[in-house]
Amino acid sequence: MSGWKVFGSRAKRLEDPALLTGQGRFVDDIILPEMVHAAFVRSPHGHAKILGIDKEAALSIAGVYGVFTLEDLRPFLNNERLVVGLPSPSYKQELDRPALADDEVVYVGEPVAIVVADTRYIAEDAAAMVDVDYDILPAVSDCRAALEEGAPLAHSSSPHNILAQFDMGYGAVDSVFESASHKFSESMWQHRGGSQSIECRGAVSIYDPVEELVTLYSATQAAHTAKNILIDMLGLNETQIRVIIPDVGGGFGPKLVFYQEDVSVVLAAKILGRPVKWAEDRREHFISTTQERDQFWEVEIAVDDDGKILGLRGSMIHDHGAYTARGINLAFNSALIVSLPYDVPCYYMDVVLALTNKVPVTPVRGAGHPQGIFVMERLLDRAARELGIDRAEIRRRNLIPSEELPYTKGLKTRGDAPVVLDSGDYLACMEDAMERIDFVGFPERQEQALKEGRYIGVGLANYVKGTGRGPFETVTVRIGPSGKIMVYSGAAAMGQSTRTMLTQIVAEHLGGDMNNIEVVTGDSSVVAMGIGGSASRQTVTAGSSALLAAQEVRDKALKVAAHILEASEEDLEIEGGEIRVKGVPDLKVELGTVAHAVAGTPGFALPGGIEPGMESTQNFMIDDLTFVNGTAAVEVEVDPETGKVSFLKYVIVHDCGTVVNPMIVDGQVVGGTAHGIGNTLFEWMGYDETAQPITTNFAEYLLVSAPEMPHVELGHMESPTPLNPLGVKGVGECGVVPAPAAIISAVENALSPFEISIGQVPLRPPEIVEKIQDFKAANSQAG
Amino acid sequence: MGESRKISLSVNGKTYEEEVEVRFTLADFLRQQLGLTGTHLGCEHGVCGACTILLNGRSARSCLMLAVQADGQEITTIEGIAPSEDEMHPLQEAFRDNHGLQCGFCTPGMLTTLIEFLGDNPDPTEQEVREAISGNLCRCTGYQGIVAAALDAAQRLREANGA
Repeated sequence: MSGWKVFGSRAKRLEDPALLTGQGRFVDDIILPEMVHAAFVRSPHGHAKILGIDKEAALSIAGVYGVFTLEDLRPFLNNERLVVGLPSPSYKQELDRPALADDEVVYVGEPVAIVVADTRYIAEDAAAMVDVDYDILPAVSDCRAALEEGAPLAHSSSPHNILAQFDMGYGAVDSVFESASHKFSESMWQHRGGSQSIECRGAVSIYDPVEELVTLYSATQAAHTAKNILIDMLGLNETQIRVIIPDVGGGFGPKLVFYQEDVSVVLAAKILGRPVKWAEDRREHFISTTQERDQFWEVEIAVDDDGKILGLRGSMIHDHGAYTARGINLAFNSALIVSLPYDVPCYYMDVVLALTNKVPVTPVRGAGHPQGIFVMERLLDRAARELGIDRAEIRRRNLIPSEELPYTKGLKTRGDAPVVLDSGDYLACMEDAMERIDFVGFPERQEQALKEGRYIGVGLANYVKGTGRGPFETVTVRIGPSGKIMVYSGAAAMGQSTRTMLTQIVAEHLGGDMNNIEVVTGDSSVVAMGIGGSASRQTVTAGSSALLAAQEVRDKALKVAAHILEASEEDLEIEGGEIRVKGVPDLKVELGTVAHAVAGTPGFALPGGIEPGMESTQNFMIDDLTFVNGTAAVEVEVDPETGKVSFLKYVIVHDCGTVVNPMIVDGQVVGGTAHGIGNTLFEWMGYDETAQPITTNFAEYLLVSAPEMPHVELGHMESPTPLNPLGVKGVGECGVVPAPAAIISAVENALSPFEISIGQVPLRPPEIVEKIQDFKAANSQAG
Repeated sequence: MGESRKISLSVNGKTYEEEVEVRFTLADFLRQQLGLTGTHLGCEHGVCGACTILLNGRSARSCLMLAVQADGQEITTIEGIAPSEDEMHPLQEAFRDNHGLQCGFCTPGMLTTLIEFLGDNPDPTEQEVREAISGNLCRCTGYQGIVAAALDAAQRLREANGA
């Protein structure tokens, strides 16, 4: 943006120098005097009764300080359960996790006891020696089977396996479908794995008996949430708990959750009177960190002869896992997003969240949106194919035109507010993406390739996603007598460049020197309230509060400086660490001096008649989500012999409103795209029929590595949202949302000679080969 | 404490004589005993590459080696890459300029792997860079910034070497 000092620029990240030289401080890097190490005894069964726990052998090992079960923690617990579920009227049962397993384990990986020892090596030895007597119970693994009559119960005390059920929709769906000339139905299986942040979870806790203060360093995305749950569980007051987020090696959703291990580490430190560290290993991450998993959709679209959508309806079964660790929001997001980018006159979706004996499901980057978008885009491809309409053309006829924005959908958010698409130009994004990938010229390329025996395909997918979820994120901007500008926020950083983002916003209004600003996030002691990092929200929420706070501090500083310099406020400017009279560079006062002047001197009035302190705290209130939008366009080649999918080109054109730092935005979109490619072609979190996880390392569960990853070509549109003073929309999840829909569309297109239709994610090479073989077998029989 | 041995090794140019438990991995020894926590553990089964260090100039997984195996060897970690405290290595500079890191957790392994690679292949293609880091997982960047940084660094290093 022209005229700005640093806002909108490709400013280098402030986070980088420490991280590039090994000076970062991740939770496992914290080494304290007297610190001891924890390991967890975990359930090896999907479902079992605990008949007894024998700690004796473990406690006899030299260097072991304690083995604690729920019974040992109970005297310190005000509430034994982690009450974390977001509210919803749709719950049929409330299933909050116990601090440690009580008399029944309900998923493999569920923590049963915490073992503390001199080293992690000894703690793990001892954990293996804790003898838990289990009576194995029938487990339910598949979420569809969970709903069948006579299915094993995930919890033996539950009446059934339905955790929640809800529906949503608008319009006269049934009568529209009754009279529609074209109806197409599809069954879809969509699966996403875990976050697999390269840093696993971890916690270090210190108990200070003098101050009666619990300090928890945790690799979490939400310090204040952790603090509030600890207040509830331990029955302490607000000043007795401090949660600090050190550097976090990726979050992607599951680190938003507060876990049994967090409270166990806190209590072990309190009981032993020594700092306790727990660093999750990768196998633990696979079995005990929340993940996304299966959704099974039965959906139907009604269209007229021109491909104009008349309605969409269906049902979905969602694997919830064994406990509620977040809420129903993931399934809710999926059902809510389906129809959003398009003009869909009527809509109905019925959703059941089924309990299974697996680790709880909570959102991973994208949070259910890729699945909903996949449903819509696959149905449009199907309708286009059946009616002989070009895939882009059917979208063109149905996308909500920019002149109709803001556009109110007949749906409500989880907070019961209307869903309003605020700004953007969906069609322009799609046209740009099509041009970049030469969508129009593709049939010719495909024909040529087929002559050479090569199977290439093109696909595209449009998406919107609600971002910037409120209600607020506090930011305090304060200038102290040192002249340093301090920025405090309840926001949390886990790799999204939060510090750089807030610095660019604040610096713009307070002198433009990014090096004169210190940002403190992820510390529950610096601001009273905080929500944290999720839902592509922090630039919108914390960014807006930072802007307002910086502007207020600027106004105050100019007022005081005007008094000191005996000049008019309008004639002043802030440059670097100084306020000076424009055109008279010698007439100036340092920011520190201005701050000192309002810090208070006994008996003297404050200059300029302002409030004490050169600071401002702001909570910009967000009522409505702001919707990002975009289009992914993908060209692939499929090897019919091996089932390998290679990318020939990957384009994403998106609109996240005003851009604070284009370099960071690009990084977020490409990173999200990689996550989406992984979800589509590689990642599968497998369980067998006894709910035993069968993909628990990086050889069995594949992440995308550099050679499989295409160069992603980015196109940007910039439609500032009217919903916040910066005009920004969230960007962290943009890349992942359209990826499965666009890639599967391209693969299906490449395999069109084999008449293969694909309604599943992930799609792995053996499945592609099998589909081709099925076609060939059917054809040879027919022939 | 379990059985331990005395080892002598050089880490980032400094010689250490240390008593170490025989079952300690090299990664745990570097991190916990020497306090060099810049080397990260992402999977502890040799796939993610975050723990990659240079062992006598060649990249190696410090999670798959025991500390005692490093006896008498020369090791470089991320803390030892920059030429001085005030100056970064051209590869580190290129990572910053090209947004080659977000959370920074995989970065130590990326840097050590690429230092070895660019030494062997000072003028690589994009595909060669991608193959070179195929044993290092990153969940944030989609590798695009890393690949750009590696190619940029290769050019800077060639220029510095008068190529």
